[in-house]
Amino acid sequence: MVHADALPLDPAEEIMEIQMGPSHPATHGTIKFNLKLDGEEVVECDTEVGYLHRGFEKMIEQGTWTQAIPYTDRLNYVSPLINNVGYALAVERLCGIEVPERCQYIRVIMSEISRIADHLTCLGMGASEVGAMTVGFLTNESRELLWDIIEAVTGARVTVSYTRIGGVTRDFTPDTSDRIHAAFKNLRAILSDCDKLITRNRIFYDRMVGIGVLSQEDAISYGLTGPLLRASGVSYDVRKAQPYSGYEKFDFEVPVGSKGDNYDRFLVRFNEIDQSVRIVEQGLRDIPDGPVRIDDPRYVLPDKSDVYNSIEGLMNHFKLIMEGAKVPAGEVYQAVEGANGELGFYIVSDGSGRPYRCRVRPPCFLAMGALGQMLKGHMVADIIPTFGMINMIGGECDR
Amino acid sequence: MSGDELLAQLESAAPGVATEGRVELGEPIVVVERDAAREFFRALRDRPELGFNFLIDVTAVDYLGRSPRFEVVYELFSLPHNHRLRVKIRLAEADPWVHSLADLWKSANWLEREVWDMFGIRFTGHPDLRRILMYEEFVGHPLRRDYPVGKRQPLTEERDPIARDWKF
Repeated sequence: MVHADALPLDPAEEIMEIQMGPSHPATHGTIKFNLKLDGEEVVECDTEVGYLHRGFEKMIEQGTWTQAIPYTDRLNYVSPLINNVGYALAVERLCGIEVPERCQYIRVIMSEISRIADHLTCLGMGASEVGAMTVGFLTNESRELLWDIIEAVTGARVTVSYTRIGGVTRDFTPDTSDRIHAAFKNLRAILSDCDKLITRNRIFYDRMVGIGVLSQEDAISYGLTGPLLRASGVSYDVRKAQPYSGYEKFDFEVPVGSKGDNYDRFLVRFNEIDQSVRIVEQGLRDIPDGPVRIDDPRYVLPDKSDVYNSIEGLMNHFKLIMEGAKVPAGEVYQAVEGANGELGFYIVSDGSGRPYRCRVRPPCFLAMGALGQMLKGHMVADIIPTFGMINMIGGECDR
Repeated sequence: MSGDELLAQLESAAPGVATEGRVELGEPIVVVERDAAREFFRALRDRPELGFNFLIDVTAVDYLGRSPRFEVVYELFSLPHNHRLRVKIRLAEADPWVHSLADLWKSANWLEREVWDMFGIRFTGHPDLRRILMYEEFVGHPLRRDYPVGKRQPLTEERDPIARDWKF
């Protein structure tokens, strides 16, 4: 107990230390901020991550190349398909595999649907955190439309494990195209409502503009990518700069902000949803017929009819499951544009059936590194929207 | 610019620094010595013809049983030229350390902390080299190949936030 005489006369002179988190009701994600406050102003914010560390990279080293795919789902629960695609592309480059064109289109379409779901999550949560609860419910409703499609195609809403080395698990269902068009019709209506509700809303605007500003130089130096970097006015998108999986065939724009504050981050994500819708619609229009997997017994499991009716098929299945596909020795870094930025897979193979090393370059992790700088000089209440616009996904940040 | 052209340009910008250079799957990779690395990275960042303004990733690979055992891997990206480069520094098993790049790129701060946490590679000159994903009391470095995957950790004392020296 401190005696009252020992207290300073003016409490405003003192810097107060406060720990916010790790399970704070307003942060969607387990994270701790060690704050130094001058009154209500943030002097310093030391971010502690790692509460959701599962040893992702260690676990991948234990199983076969294919067994790593379900782990990649768990990196980012809102856009697991992008993680699946990134991992599959990296391994396929090591193997020298070119997947069929239909498979490329399917991967692009599913990635973009995931991206929309991810952005909707970020926008809805970000809006409801500053009081616009209705927007949160609306975006959750539209996200559900997309997850229904994902469930119909992959068999799961979140833990999809959809890609395989050399293709995807299953083709679109016959009604997928119609379902996507129907869902987009609803999505557009909901987005238009959200736009009217918050984009020019006085309260929302005042809470977002000029908060969490990061200059171009800082954004680059902190290694930010994705919407956060583009909000700072740097036009860099992996899909444009180093196209993968046939993105060069699609016509889309990269929305870029100018001020690098929370409002620009919000707008960039909002406009990216439109662009993703465009990409999906082009994909559905142009998707060719054909197989969705390569035909290569070294990497791809044989059909079940072969496994049950021929000794070769059975052996092939057994070897692939028990020993894993033999990926040629070498190393590769494959970047894809995740919903939150550049998601990279750096993979080292020693030629065996198991990955020797698999490193994930998590976009959220680097963004969280920049959070302290973004918050400096702002109010305690600004922590939540700034953190919300980073859209930290714990599974990916902490791996 | 192709990988080979980039390697040639690196050789003319910093002659003799890269002890090994190759292009694998279209990705240029160079290996540099630890002591020459900092100046090399500074040249990569500051020379306009190279322009590597992004330090995308820092990680390490543990080649247990090989000598030298560790490789620290830097993934660089140049936005103005749209090219990538991977730089590696090889480190012996005993006392692995490299110079920190935290003053050249701010992204290096957290990335290097993670490599320290996971591999036990020290970054000298780092402003704040603490564990980042694991807790302070964790024993060992989990991504080393000789760290058993099922290893249990000792129970640690509960941290009591009240017991610390609060200033009033």
